[in-house]
Amino acid sequence: MEVNIEQLEKDFQAKIDAGISIEPKDWMPERYRHQLIRMMSQHAHSEVVGMLPEGNWITRAPSLMRKMVLLAKVQDEAGHGLYIYSATETLGISRDEMINQLLTGKAKYSSIFNYPTLNWADMGAIGWLVDGAAIVNQTALAKCSFGPYARAMLRICKEENFHQKQGYQILANMMQGTEAQKQMVQDAVNRFWWPSLMMFGPSDKNSPNSDELMRWKVKLYSNDDLRQRFIDRTVPQAEAIGIKIPDDKLKWNEKTRHYEWGEINWDEFYAVIGGNGPCNRLRMKQRNDAHKNGQWVREAAIAFAEKRKKNKAA
Amino acid sequence: MNKDLFEYTLRLGDTSLILSQRLGEWCGHGPMLEEDIALTNIALDLLGQAKAFLAYAGEIEGKGRNEDVLAFHRDANHFRNLLLTEQPNVDFGFTIIRQLFVSTWQHYLYSELTHATDKNMSALAVKSLKEVNYHLRFASDWTLRLGDGTEESHQRVQAAVNELWNYTGDLFEIDQVDEALLKLGIAADMKKVEASWNKHIRQVLNDATLSVPEINNFMRTGSRKGVHTEYLGFILAEMQFLPRAYPDAKW
Repeated sequence: MEVNIEQLEKDFQAKIDAGISIEPKDWMPERYRHQLIRMMSQHAHSEVVGMLPEGNWITRAPSLMRKMVLLAKVQDEAGHGLYIYSATETLGISRDEMINQLLTGKAKYSSIFNYPTLNWADMGAIGWLVDGAAIVNQTALAKCSFGPYARAMLRICKEENFHQKQGYQILANMMQGTEAQKQMVQDAVNRFWWPSLMMFGPSDKNSPNSDELMRWKVKLYSNDDLRQRFIDRTVPQAEAIGIKIPDDKLKWNEKTRHYEWGEINWDEFYAVIGGNGPCNRLRMKQRNDAHKNGQWVREAAIAFAEKRKKNKAA
Repeated sequence: MNKDLFEYTLRLGDTSLILSQRLGEWCGHGPMLEEDIALTNIALDLLGQAKAFLAYAGEIEGKGRNEDVLAFHRDANHFRNLLLTEQPNVDFGFTIIRQLFVSTWQHYLYSELTHATDKNMSALAVKSLKEVNYHLRFASDWTLRLGDGTEESHQRVQAAVNELWNYTGDLFEIDQVDEALLKLGIAADMKKVEASWNKHIRQVLNDATLSVPEINNFMRTGSRKGVHTEYLGFILAEMQFLPRAYPDAKW
């Protein structure tokens, strides 16, 4: 029987329009599969690379409790990475292949992790702003058309909510503290505010993938809509604890019931995406070193398992 | 205050704290994601133990030093952690052997302490023992895989055994603190712990096709008196920097 691609594509779109989720064994256009692998693997890589800037402060956390919470948080991220890699494998790509794409620079990860963590308040700012932005993104993705991705997001969002709260609590605590602590907080927010806004991607007029992804309900809201949602919910939180958002143009618009904000530095955005952010090279080196240094361990585990199998068979 | 009990509790708390600190260095750099998670898990367990033992030590002392003051405001010569725990990670093999040696020690020590006449001590031992059993299984499994894996892994992990063996004498040193508490039924009988430790370690190393170094090697000891290796000073410089630099700050 001749396969009618056009008919398959029509049925596929009809399913999506009817809100039926696509599962790994369902037929899907190659381009849909490709886009999901790109997005999901990028997401998994972001979780793993995202361990580095926070891992940077584990040995220097200022109290035993803070150290425990930070360790647990970074561990959660590793778990998210593992979970999303598995969900992505349902699309027919192996974790090894994905990791190889990351290590060779073929696959991307969220640019936010190319910014350094320079003082302890950065742990708070990352939890509050970076995880806060991730939650806005991921809450939307939890309704996306690909079942395994949507379900992964649902589960991950629960933990991210906890991360965001603990980040905010770090900052709120410090804002009640000494002058030096308040300065650390403001310094951290000054550095992380704009990069957090950039996490939603280019503005709608410059977003090349958007139309197709929206038709497939991989994306349900535009970059600018999500960015707006994030700003609207975050600014009052900043005000509540006395943090100043580093944007002179930021103001509440009574008519639209939304905040207006200044222009993002898109040159910086594209520079970081292009590999020229403050930590791009360092992050890639850290991932590559970990992989290289772990090579003999992975080989030993495989050799050992094979020996055991042989012994059992004999 | 029972000075001996304070000293003894510090030893247990500091040992968990410094090993946790070392394991925390691995976070994000493990050989695979699963092992990264496992090492962090162990670090977290040990940190929880450290927090509980140090809090108890502060209570015994009764001078208002809580677990954070003890962790962040003592200098190296006041730390009582085992010398093994401060040794660097070097590679995954060293980390595993260090873990195997310490977890085995903790396993037999805590097993003894579950019968301690001091109720706080026995309760902490019961809780910690459950966690340590997992650490021990993890370290033993990996010792097997690495020892009996490839030629390279065998060599690396044998090098770790040879290097770290010199610090295992420190595990079993007995001083007047142990003796006094043993009479009260609070401390573990170190001779018993040592015998069990030796038996288990020899079994694991043997199963992993690894050889046990000559026993008459010179042993580095000193943790009971706060005489450490050069590594501890750097660990503390990093760990304590924030509370030391901002003594008025609460975090």
